Amino acid sequence: MMRLPPIKGEWIDRNTPVDFQFEHTAYTGLRGDSITSALAANGLHIFGRSFKYHRTRGFLSAANHDVNAMMQVSANGRSTPNVRGDVTRVASGWQISAVNTRGGLHKDRFAILNRLSRFLPVGFYYKAFHSKRLFPWWETMFRTLTGLGAVDLKSAHRTTPKRYDFCDVLVIGGGPSGVSAALAAAEQGAHVLLVDENPALGGSGLYAQAGDPSIAAATEAVCARVLSHPRIRVLLSSTAAGYYADHWIPVVTPEAIVKVRARAVIIAQGAYEQPAVFRGNDLPGVLLASAAQRLMYRYSVAPAQRVAILTANAEGYAAALDAVSRGLDVIAVLDLRSARGTDSQALADELTRRGVRLVVQVEPVEAIVGRTGGVAHLRYRVGSTDTTLDVDGVWMSVGFAPANALLHQAGATMRYDVALEQFLPDRLPVGIYACGKVTGHYSLAARMSDGERVGISAATRLDQTEPAPSPSALLAIRECPNHPYPIFAHPEGKEFVDFDEDLQIRDVINACQEGFDSTELLKRYSTMGMGPSQGKHSNLNALRILAKVRGDSLTEHALTTARPMYHPVPMAHLAGRGFMPERQTPLDADHAALGAVWMPAANWRRPEYYAIPGVSREAAIAAEVHAVRHGVGLIDVGTLGKIEAHGPQAGEFLDRVYTARYSNLKVGMTRYGLMLDESGVIIDDGVIARLTAESFYFTTTTGNSATLFREFGRLATWWGLPVGLVNLTGQYAAFNLAGPRSREVLAPLTEMDLSDAAFPYLAVREGHIAGIPCRLMRVGFVGELGYEIHLPFDAGLDLWRMLLESGKAQGIRPFGVEAQRMLRLEKGHVIIGQDTDGVTNALEIDAPWAIKMDKPFFIGQRSLAILAKQPLKQTLVGFKLPASATDRPRECHLIIDGDRIAGRVTSVGVSPTLGHVIGLALVDPTVANRGHFQVRIDHGELIEATVTPFPFFDAAGARQKIGATP
Amino acid sequence: MKIMTCPINGPRLISEFAYAGEVKEMPDPATASDAVWADYVFNKNGPAGIKHEWWCHTPSGVWFIADRDTTRDIILRTYLYSRPAAGAYAP
Repeated sequence: MMRLPPIKGEWIDRNTPVDFQFEHTAYTGLRGDSITSALAANGLHIFGRSFKYHRTRGFLSAANHDVNAMMQVSANGRSTPNVRGDVTRVASGWQISAVNTRGGLHKDRFAILNRLSRFLPVGFYYKAFHSKRLFPWWETMFRTLTGLGAVDLKSAHRTTPKRYDFCDVLVIGGGPSGVSAALAAAEQGAHVLLVDENPALGGSGLYAQAGDPSIAAATEAVCARVLSHPRIRVLLSSTAAGYYADHWIPVVTPEAIVKVRARAVIIAQGAYEQPAVFRGNDLPGVLLASAAQRLMYRYSVAPAQRVAILTANAEGYAAALDAVSRGLDVIAVLDLRSARGTDSQALADELTRRGVRLVVQVEPVEAIVGRTGGVAHLRYRVGSTDTTLDVDGVWMSVGFAPANALLHQAGATMRYDVALEQFLPDRLPVGIYACGKVTGHYSLAARMSDGERVGISAATRLDQTEPAPSPSALLAIRECPNHPYPIFAHPEGKEFVDFDEDLQIRDVINACQEGFDSTELLKRYSTMGMGPSQGKHSNLNALRILAKVRGDSLTEHALTTARPMYHPVPMAHLAGRGFMPERQTPLDADHAALGAVWMPAANWRRPEYYAIPGVSREAAIAAEVHAVRHGVGLIDVGTLGKIEAHGPQAGEFLDRVYTARYSNLKVGMTRYGLMLDESGVIIDDGVIARLTAESFYFTTTTGNSATLFREFGRLATWWGLPVGLVNLTGQYAAFNLAGPRSREVLAPLTEMDLSDAAFPYLAVREGHIAGIPCRLMRVGFVGELGYEIHLPFDAGLDLWRMLLESGKAQGIRPFGVEAQRMLRLEKGHVIIGQDTDGVTNALEIDAPWAIKMDKPFFIGQRSLAILAKQPLKQTLVGFKLPASATDRPRECHLIIDGDRIAGRVTSVGVSPTLGHVIGLALVDPTVANRGHFQVRIDHGELIEATVTPFPFFDAAGARQKIGATP
Repeated sequence: MKIMTCPINGPRLISEFAYAGEVKEMPDPATASDAVWADYVFNKNGPAGIKHEWWCHTPSGVWFIADRDTTRDIILRTYLYSRPAAGAYAP
């Protein structure tokens, strides 16, 4: 292989050499070279090893699908795996090695697998894992053998921006049809974005010339008009990686993903040339004719000196003329067909004039490897006569598969056209268009006129809601570009259908015979098309074999839809920051300074307890409980949902939402609220305070605040109640000052009258504490005299610190969620979501005082009326263990009645106040009524618990109402 | 990503919206039989087809109704909720 003389349009810069290393050897390429074109210019033809059998491989497509030429590239202190060697431009200083080898490309120790291939039947992977005993052994082996490049964990962090873009018409593919479509759409006034994966526009219009420069000139003329058009923007070296709903296309550029929203999308992605399947079709030197054309025109590299071209269409003859015009020796053009088409014949006549040997009715027998590891001979058969040619290159041009993955994803339906031997779009979704080879147009003139027609259609139908009438009606097919069955089995195999996964003809046939004889099953069982090129060069041939085995036609089959993103995307492009907010109350830093041990609470974090050095968790929590019961404690409850409801019908609204009555609540008072869903299941609770005749302030549980606030809006809309709802959750801080001495702590800081007469139990007052406007609610949150203080977020930290300072004399202690739970458990206060679950209805927690069935309406009321006629399935009961008990049940331990589960523990702990285990449990009422039940604890032991009424402590509630003696 | 048109804020990304189930007219709790009520509470309109649903544009809190064809994944129409005509039960 060697560098050819300069030619117009080549991508290389002959004045700028590029020095790099491949497999620890130094080479020099030119700026603009791909990794493999540079290697080829240096005379190399082996670039990598295949995935399964570790066979040596060279070029296949030179168009982003040479998955056996993927490289590990080290440069600038970063090692990047799985770099596509066939399209990635090489740069100075790169150290490159092939990815899938052990011991280097030429001394790959796993090359032995090539000889073991008959012991690796199709479905080997699944068959291996049948044995449970051998599973670990196989797993280790597969993990060792498989895999491609190595991820460099020490690589520096790289940030990748996300960008957004908008256009009227997005054209995907910058070949002759794509540039024509872009230009036509822009001429209609549309703003066009044109995306192409190559570093230059033009596609095959620039490299498939049939030796005639006028073809490239015609393409270039359109490209030049596109590049200078004020309404066309062009993104090169960029891949449209998927189609998402409503024309939302991620375009992967080298630097970032651009999320493009288009009003119309034109798919002009052309077609992937398909290999012929015959023995040795994977040898280095056997490649697609289009790959050879790309190398000759883009990089001016001769992929061979003596070429045999295996063809079944006019494109193969055109490639032969390209080879001849670039000075290569075409040994023979071997046509699989019995007769040439009209386009082929014209080109064949020209080849004959130039002395090229032409043969028809050819059946390839095998490509044979030579001493250099590349192809050295091609044996073919005509009739019963075998001929062997001495060559160093075999080019295949037997047909194409349309690049229609995005059409599939967009929901287009396809049909197999028998005359063209190709899948064509049948019905296109609204705003989706296709042109060029995708719609079966192969000549340059046909592609350009198809593109122009579709470009006009897309631009002039931008906001129509019906799909375009139909894809392009096919122009008369002068010559079919696709061979119906370019597949030639050999008794010794090694005819490769899938180059990514090393699948041979017999693998496909065996999979079918084992029963996996539909597209989807065949794919999954054989791994056909599951390699890095995602079947772009294998799915169609596999489908042809499948149809042959089944004795039907491709019209009976469909190709699978490649899932987006259908071309590999670097993980860095997909990675990004999380969008789940983490919320903090204003006291967060002070909690940490106080030794908070955190626990998650919805989007927030809350102190579980405050650690004391040298003291156990249990003791620290017990100390917090003790402080609240006998002195005073302070807890941050700023995570609660905090909502205001305003308007003359705000009371009625709350009457409908909650089970109790609020329209009769006196101004300045609060009332507990229990919220049900329509089936009577408890979903939330809170405290509702009436501030004025027409305004209420109320709380929801931490986890439900956002969704409930939203639901309140829906209910107000549905019910037609004009209620003004304000979500103050993030605007207000809140804490609860609780304990017999809480009034002593608060009094010095405020001029408000805190006496029982002026500020009784369950009252709400607005006033100032230390000059800060506050709302205070005297609620029995933990069963002691207590004040829940709500105040502007910004002032929260100041007042928190002042209260802790003011309370020093009273021994004030901050307390966390665990102490709060125990304090509430002692009082038998039900925690929604802990003592209830997603099916617990309001009758089962035995709180008739909270449910006003005589109201006209509340959510869940009608269902409760039905449930009230039925026996309870479960009921919430209290239980206790004697102080002497050493075994402890835990939350969710099961209550066992004989051989059945009769319930579960919902809350449990050793009460520091009472000195023994107390808990709540949801239990079958018949079991609870016996007065005792058995709990299966860790390790399976059963322990006896005694049912006991709750509250466990201060059942009359005297402490919270009038305060206890400290 | 799909686009949904909020009747107040116009077309926005679907990620800005929240779904809240189908629009079901509530039977009069005072007169409905237990069976009718249970049907209202528990039975959903399952088959694929045209659905009338509650949706919320979450940044603005606008609630509205969307008619969707789930067989084609198309939003047919979005509009603000209006109360049932006189005579029908309005909760």
